Amino acid sequence: MSGFDLRKQVPNVVVWLLLLTMPLWMNAVGGYTQLGTQVVVMGLAAMSLNFLLGYTGVLSFGHAAYFGLGAYGVGMTIRYLVPSTGIGMLVGTGVGALAAAIIGPMIVRLRGVYFAMVTIAFAQVFYFVAFRWNHVTGGDDGLTNWTREPINFGFATLHIEQDPVTFYYFVLAIFAVAVAVMALLLQSPFGRTLIAIRENERRTRFLGINVNFHIWASWLISCTFMALSGTLYALLNNFVDPRALYWTQSGVFVIMCVLGGMRSFWGPLVGAAIYVVLQDYLSSATPNWMSFIGLVFVVAVLFFPRGVLGIFRRKSVE
Amino acid sequence: MSFLRIENVAKHFGSLIAVDGVSMSVEKGECRAVIGPNGAGKTTFFNLITGMLDLTSGRVLLEDQDLAGIKPAERVRMGMARTFQITEIFPDLTVRENIRIPVEIAAGLHLAPRVPTARRAELRARIDQLMEEGGLTRIAGRYAGELSHGDQRACEIMMALALNPRLLLLDEPTAGMGDDETHAIARLIRRIHRDQALTIVLIEHDMRVVFNLADKITVLAEGRPLAEGTPAEITANEKVQAAYLGGAA
Ligand SMILES: Nc1ncnc2c1ncn2[C@@H]1O[C@H](COP(=O)(O)OP(=O)(O)OP(=O)(O)O)[C@@H](O)[C@H]1O
Ligand SMILES: [Mg+2]
Repeated sequence: MSGFDLRKQVPNVVVWLLLLTMPLWMNAVGGYTQLGTQVVVMGLAAMSLNFLLGYTGVLSFGHAAYFGLGAYGVGMTIRYLVPSTGIGMLVGTGVGALAAAIIGPMIVRLRGVYFAMVTIAFAQVFYFVAFRWNHVTGGDDGLTNWTREPINFGFATLHIEQDPVTFYYFVLAIFAVAVAVMALLLQSPFGRTLIAIRENERRTRFLGINVNFHIWASWLISCTFMALSGTLYALLNNFVDPRALYWTQSGVFVIMCVLGGMRSFWGPLVGAAIYVVLQDYLSSATPNWMSFIGLVFVVAVLFFPRGVLGIFRRKSVE
Repeated sequence: MSFLRIENVAKHFGSLIAVDGVSMSVEKGECRAVIGPNGAGKTTFFNLITGMLDLTSGRVLLEDQDLAGIKPAERVRMGMARTFQITEIFPDLTVRENIRIPVEIAAGLHLAPRVPTARRAELRARIDQLMEEGGLTRIAGRYAGELSHGDQRACEIMMALALNPRLLLLDEPTAGMGDDETHAIARLIRRIHRDQALTIVLIEHDMRVVFNLADKITVLAEGRPLAEGTPAEITANEKVQAAYLGGAA
């Protein structure tokens, strides 16, 4: 019945074509490669948040904590432990996942705004640690004096440290794997239980699902990919500062999801692209760029209540 | 040994006593109706059986096992499925997806990262069968939230049945329906009761449905058990007539 439907593949083909060819046309439309890399990194972060927000129906307002843990994890590993990008990314992602796994059981019983508020509270703890622990994290000035290292595969070395285009494709490869894993999970029986929780928690519980455990699992998956995107963010900038884990950053990720469409798989990527490009363009034109982004957000929510990609909602068939 | 035994259960909400010492034994394969005026405590009684509310006092036993401390989801996994007075379905998913989710859960796949290839055909056949039985095939691709009230009810009942329950609790399955829809749902319940020898407890206001389906009837009024017996005994019972049937007629 549900055979291969070519029309369903159109969005995937369009997204991948644009992403794969980005370095070819980015300059022509007035951008630059690093801007494209930033879109992909922030897109991965927003899509990770949306695994929990859009597909499990749970609003976290503290996801920047795991983004920041990934970022500091990779930066501190390279600076203090081993000059290895790969190990740094593993440490950053692992630390983020570990923190999420531990914090998860304390919060999965909460719902709605209470869940959101407690996630902010936990995130602020990490923020203050990064801010205050000066001699290790660099405090307010950020963690400097480290750079991404070339990746040695034994038979070949990937020089991500110099050429922005090489680094872009490195980021895109990680993005592809992460996004593929999330897509497969969402199309699995497990993923359908998460969507079920979003749709109707009581019904799901009375189908025999341990709802809190499934929310914990979704939270863990979401935060792990968030930490992974945080490592890429730090590698992109060769720098990380406490703003990466501030609560406003969490809010930015939520805005990206809402802007692009929480109910569509690629929506948060579109939201991230709009946000990152607008920020880049406006912040050089006016110091009040944040109010313009706010305006765009309000207009978008008014005209596209399901997000920009929400207009492509699947039709109900007779 | 009764299949489901309820011993003297009570539920207090502060000073309000919603259920006040109700006992009931349901045999395997029985269809039991619970009736009573609005606010009699019927839904609360269901919530005590399914563990959605904690007991103030009393015991609920399934096949002689005391269910104290067992969470609702675990009770479902023990074979206790239910529907709600206000339909609980997945509104933004299609009917087919609504049925597919409990089918996969019943197959033990709720944590599976993929459906094993060897089981695909079997699961698809099960989904098709449930939709056919519930009269949902013609609307398989519609969003459940857009369906008529009667179709939503049928969808919810088939979701519960997809779990292969041993005990099915239905809270006013025909509430708010026209005659045609009521008949269709009653026929559906009758069929599953007969074909699968399923134990069913249903709350129902429509007396035609009750007399048509129930082997025995339990009457509640103001949280207390008023009478219990076969449909004929209940019709003849003067207390019931005074408190309930008389008032309704
Ligand atoms: N969670 C609750 N908190 C406080 N009071 C409640 C709660 N649930 C039910 N009640 C009260 O308990 C009494 C019994 O309610 P219940 O819903 O069980 O009645 P019912 O027999 O199902 O009625 P109906 O036929 O209208 O569905 C009512 O007075 C109701 O207001
Ligand atoms: Mg009721």
